[in-house]
Amino acid sequence: MNGQIALMLGQDGMTSGAIYALLALSIILVFSVTRILLVPQGEFVTFSALTMAAMQSGRPVRLGVLVFGLALVALAMDIVAERQRHRRWTVPRTSLALAAHGLFVVGLGLSVPFDHLGLLVQIGFALLTVVPLGPLIYRVFFQPIASAPSLVLLMVAIAVHVALIGGGLLIFGPEGARTEPFSDSVVQLGPAIIASQTLWVIGVSAALTVALWLFFETSLWGKALRAAAFNRLGAELVGISPVFAGRTSMTLAALIGAVSGIVVAPITTIYYDSGFLISLKGFVGAIIGAMSSYPVAALGALMVGQAESFSTFWASSYKEIIVFTLLLPVLLWRSLRQPSVGDDE
Amino acid sequence: MTTSTPLLQVSKLSVAHSDIEAVSEVDLTVGEGQIVTVIGPNGAGKTTLLSALIGLLPSRGTISVDGEMIERPEIDRMIARGLSLVPETRALFGPMTVEDNLVLGAFRRRRDAGFDRAKALDDVYARFPRLWERRRQAAETLSGGEQQMLALGRALIGRPRLLMLDEPSLGLAPLLVRELFRMIEGLRAAGVSILLVEQNARAALRVADYAYVLELGRVGLEGPADVLAGDPRVISAYLGRGADATRGTSFATRHEIPAR
Ligand SMILES: Nc1ncnc2c1ncn2[C@@H]1O[C@H](COP(=O)(O)OP(=O)(O)O)[C@@H](O)[C@H]1O
Ligand SMILES: [Mg+2]
Repeated sequence: MNGQIALMLGQDGMTSGAIYALLALSIILVFSVTRILLVPQGEFVTFSALTMAAMQSGRPVRLGVLVFGLALVALAMDIVAERQRHRRWTVPRTSLALAAHGLFVVGLGLSVPFDHLGLLVQIGFALLTVVPLGPLIYRVFFQPIASAPSLVLLMVAIAVHVALIGGGLLIFGPEGARTEPFSDSVVQLGPAIIASQTLWVIGVSAALTVALWLFFETSLWGKALRAAAFNRLGAELVGISPVFAGRTSMTLAALIGAVSGIVVAPITTIYYDSGFLISLKGFVGAIIGAMSSYPVAALGALMVGQAESFSTFWASSYKEIIVFTLLLPVLLWRSLRQPSVGDDE
Repeated sequence: MTTSTPLLQVSKLSVAHSDIEAVSEVDLTVGEGQIVTVIGPNGAGKTTLLSALIGLLPSRGTISVDGEMIERPEIDRMIARGLSLVPETRALFGPMTVEDNLVLGAFRRRRDAGFDRAKALDDVYARFPRLWERRRQAAETLSGGEQQMLALGRALIGRPRLLMLDEPSLGLAPLLVRELFRMIEGLRAAGVSILLVEQNARAALRVADYAYVLELGRVGLEGPADVLAGDPRVISAYLGRGADATRGTSFATRHEIPAR
């Protein structure tokens, strides 16, 4: 290996590391607010990448059908729940709006020729289609069992993940896809030649991290979410409902996943089932951060990116094994420092 | 007090944990501007009672606020009706600043145009100057007394009508306990109605207007606080020398209730 190659590998590692860091952040957020280990985090990534690819190759966007379907189920569940609470039939406005939105993305996705429209329009439509999946998945699968034991939540999370992969196969087909880079230029930075998409990934991850930080530190909504993560009882007592917190954190998770998918799609070939390995590496970062510390998790995720990139060079067929083996010393160290951890609460 | 409708009226309230009844057929009334206390030994069902009143636990029986029965007492409704609970654990947002804890206390008022958040915050700081001094500090770094103050402030900032306190004196040094009870009296003077659950029966009976003794989930005795403080049964079980409130002495039978 020479310096040139090391620089290239470092660049690659940095790019994937930035994405893993975002996903780790999202996984910690959802876990600390809802106790759900968000196994389907990666599906937001693949769905948005594949939606972008479908638009660019002139195929119809069929993901809206899933959004609409889930929205209808959510609407029915909300109507029944309202009926049980108030003993009268009412249609909750937010779930009706989501269903209308679902219909909207189905209609646009099947009729508009997005390949003739600009990149920004495509990105906007991908976000409009993928982000509502977050709150909808929460409403349909997790809200009814919000107070179940963690293990049950985990099993449902795995089931949702598997179901989404199946849905992904039906919607996007088995072929992998890659999208066009945002721009073709390369940047010369000292001895290194950097593809501009690499800078996009790193820049967008950094910007999103800063935006999230501002949201959590300065807005009342963001503070409410953090409060729900720190003390559920306290949050409930001041009127931050677990449903509100769960829905908001899942919306953010979907947003983070969708943005990640849009920026990595030009670099990596994404298949309908690529989500699992992507989010697993986010998990490694999250676990290094003990599922609670964002900065440590982000650092861990960056390390995972580097380890992956360099092991691709030395022992490419073992790269996944090497990455996950990294987890063992971390877990060992954690378990020595923290001898016993309770299950719930 | 007897002529107007009471702020909170509870009748035949029963609450169960899975299938074990922890509170049985409790009748309880809190009038506007009153301090009403519920005393009783550990495990009597005091926390369970408050949890049901704020809507954290399902219950049987009726709960009325301002004479209007609440059909399904769920937490968002009870909070909207102006009930506020400071739990035994205080449930602060530990890593967040004192000020953020307070601001979040008014979260339910976020869409309430008539609510002036800055003014409410100033009022809390005026009442608890210590919190103003520590406003940039993380809640978990406060002393026990300051944390209790913050819990009170967080519950008060949304201007509740009924403040429910679960053993606020727990874990505080005697000097702080005295200060805390002075604050509670100050709140009543400011027009806040208070339902005070305490094991420290002596201090609670001193500030309260009316008192209930809860034992094994039932109201064993009730009456004006000064009358109960002089009741020999209360003295021997909760106030007298050697009386240990944490163990308590159960009244074998339901005693006659002094006229209200
Ligand atoms: N979550 C729970 N599950 C089962 N039983 C409980 C639970 N919480 C309290 N209990 C029981 O209910 C009874 C009343 O408890 P509690 O309301 O905490 O009493 P207090 O606050 O007066 O000390 C006790 O017997 C206690 O063991
Ligand atoms: Mg208790």
